[in-house]
Amino acid sequence: MSVTQLGMPQVRHGVGNIFETEPFPQYAKRELKNEQLRANLGFATHKIRTKRAAVTGELPDWEDLRTAGSMIKQKVMANLPEYLEEFEKNFTARGGHVHWARDAHEANEIALKLIRAEGVDEIIKIKSMATAETGLNEYLEENGVYAIETDLAEEIVQLGDNDRPSHILVPAIHRNRTEIRDIFRRKIEGVDPNLSDNPAELAEASRFRLREKFLSTKVAVSGVNFGIADTGTMTIVESEGNGRMCLTLPETLITFMGIEKILPTVEDYEVFLQLLPRSSTGERMNPYTSTWTGVTPGDGPQNLHVILMDNGRTAALADEVGRQALHCIRCSACMNVCPVYERAGGHAYGSTYPGPIGAILSPQLGGIENEYNGTLPYASSLCGACYDACPVKINIPEVLVHLRGKDIDAKKAKKGAPTQMDAIMLGAKTIFSSGKVMALAEKGLPLSKIVTGKDHKISWLPGLVGGWTDYRDIPEPPKQSFRNWYKKERPSESKRVSGERVDIAALLEKNKDKAAEAHAAAEAAGVDVPAAVTQEAM
Amino acid sequence: MRIALFSTCIVDGMYPKVARATVDILERLGHEVVYPQGQTCCSQMHVNSGYFDDAYTIVKNHVESFEEWDFDVAVAPSGSCVVALDHQQGMIAERKGDHDLARRANALAARTFELSELLIDVLGITNATEELGSYFPEHVTYHSSCHGMRLGKLGTRQSDLVRTVEGIKYTELEGLDQCCGFGGTFSFKNADTSGAMVEDKIENIENTGASLCTGGDASCLMNIGGALSRKSSAVQTIHFAEILASTKENPLKVEGLVSIAGGKK
Repeated sequence: MSVTQLGMPQVRHGVGNIFETEPFPQYAKRELKNEQLRANLGFATHKIRTKRAAVTGELPDWEDLRTAGSMIKQKVMANLPEYLEEFEKNFTARGGHVHWARDAHEANEIALKLIRAEGVDEIIKIKSMATAETGLNEYLEENGVYAIETDLAEEIVQLGDNDRPSHILVPAIHRNRTEIRDIFRRKIEGVDPNLSDNPAELAEASRFRLREKFLSTKVAVSGVNFGIADTGTMTIVESEGNGRMCLTLPETLITFMGIEKILPTVEDYEVFLQLLPRSSTGERMNPYTSTWTGVTPGDGPQNLHVILMDNGRTAALADEVGRQALHCIRCSACMNVCPVYERAGGHAYGSTYPGPIGAILSPQLGGIENEYNGTLPYASSLCGACYDACPVKINIPEVLVHLRGKDIDAKKAKKGAPTQMDAIMLGAKTIFSSGKVMALAEKGLPLSKIVTGKDHKISWLPGLVGGWTDYRDIPEPPKQSFRNWYKKERPSESKRVSGERVDIAALLEKNKDKAAEAHAAAEAAGVDVPAAVTQEAM
Repeated sequence: MRIALFSTCIVDGMYPKVARATVDILERLGHEVVYPQGQTCCSQMHVNSGYFDDAYTIVKNHVESFEEWDFDVAVAPSGSCVVALDHQQGMIAERKGDHDLARRANALAARTFELSELLIDVLGITNATEELGSYFPEHVTYHSSCHGMRLGKLGTRQSDLVRTVEGIKYTELEGLDQCCGFGGTFSFKNADTSGAMVEDKIENIENTGASLCTGGDASCLMNIGGALSRKSSAVQTIHFAEILASTKENPLKVEGLVSIAGGKK
């Protein structure tokens, strides 16, 4: 493609499985009705959340580690081209091949070409978000190559008819044991027809199927957790060991790597090896950590490829506020604490990346103007639990709000007819533009009696705000606002008084231990803890 | 001390009794409370909905209204609105290229405190019975609103004060720090998800056996109270300022749905 560059290069958004295909609220509404899904999700996220809280709480330097992780990522983003070139140089020097892909299509095409060169029509795969993003499995299948997922949860999703992952770490989080047993009984050839839903038996059934594939398949495809620039090393952390089988047994290994996955040095890796397992699975260390640097004759894959993929990442990098989404290490801590994810589930986000990180990453990779991506930044109550949980301190609420602004600006630029929301916001702005206007508007509050029922509450409102009254009442507004009461009661206040200001900083310094003292006083006053809470804490 | 009250739009319009309770508490401690009449809203609703240009008008009004007055500190009975001053007003002004307004907004935000923060950190109050004369013989539970707790770093300040009120029975809420599902315009833009969140919240509240749920943000209490009302629950919501303001001489009477949920009195 020849493009004449004039000044700033044009932003190139990504393609693939990063687009919402229907508005989030609509998809969520449907998912919310699935009682089984909600029960499974609630159970699983609470369990991981509790485990994570325990193992992060035990590290005295957890906050310092988060800061270190965040700073390393900032350094990477500020020098991305240099680190990528350094990685390419070192990876190549050790016998690997580097391919560059501008988007998902190019990445998939490169992979297919490499697979065809090996003359196979079946490959094994390590669970990978990058290949989920590019839709590699579907693309390969269209071209006559079958990709076998070897991660247990990913296998469950792949064997489930028309299923999709709903969580980045636990793709089958929406399935319970009985459902998994039914899928295995249906889909695994030669499986014990009396297979129970005992986890050990389910794992054995999967092992029985996969072991043969590991030993006979020539090509493996993986993603990567980190690529280390100064050595050209790649790394994968996992729980089952199936990934290591794929990394060591086949002759050819093709790795998809988002360009943001780079780390400058092995020392930096040390920080993330602590942050990642504790945040994602609530473990102190993940069971399998694999690193590979180049080709060793007679040991492991002899054909080593990496596809370095942009797919909208440089577009995200161009956004000063939003670029922190690229710091994400795909741990899933944000979705495990998110009250919206917990109810709506991962599918409602319509993208490879669900949950809070998905709500900021997908619209940036794919473009906020595209499809229904603009509804994702609103899929949050901005409670901030995700920001607290994020091991690399991505300020997700800040980016959500920033992207909402971009969404509104994009819609304004299109100059469509004003929406109900535009009208509400314009009305509110007019009222909030001065105290005088607001005082007048509040005098009209009792007019709302028109919509107030005899029971002194508002139980139905029209249009967009009707969403509120679908689930709750609104109290009848008071006869007089505070402002109007105050004006009547205390008419003669002076705006200015002479005299010195109190030194607030000195007061704060003097009272710096007061919060702890207040807490101690409250503890002494006692608290009644219900049985349910005590059990959870144990 | 001369304390300027920022009533916030929702307290001013819907829950004036919360602002009156705030004035009561501060005057009982011997402070002078002033009310800049030009004030309206912190701009959070517009910012969080993506309407940054509209928010600028509101930020400007807020800063100018308070600058007209002379005071030592400002206080708001809402963690969320104080967080909006801290985290959003400067950003909105900067975005418009108004660096001067951003500086003034940040300076104002630096001396605006949430009520429990003002009471504990600035005024050194640690025991509501002894220092405020608070008396409230009711069974309450408490919801910690997200913005104040997480972004405002209020910790347990609000519930710590409530727990030291004479006569109170306090029961801890399961899932205390879980969002109630309000989230401003989230509650109607994503009405169904929001509805599912508040349903879980009120179930936990009812399980405590308390007759009242208190908290520090009128908006969250309106959400929770509205869902309890829809369910015809006997449990009601009340702002913690009202609990602290209640004394033996002038006890707060909890009566009927409206007095608690709507502030008809």
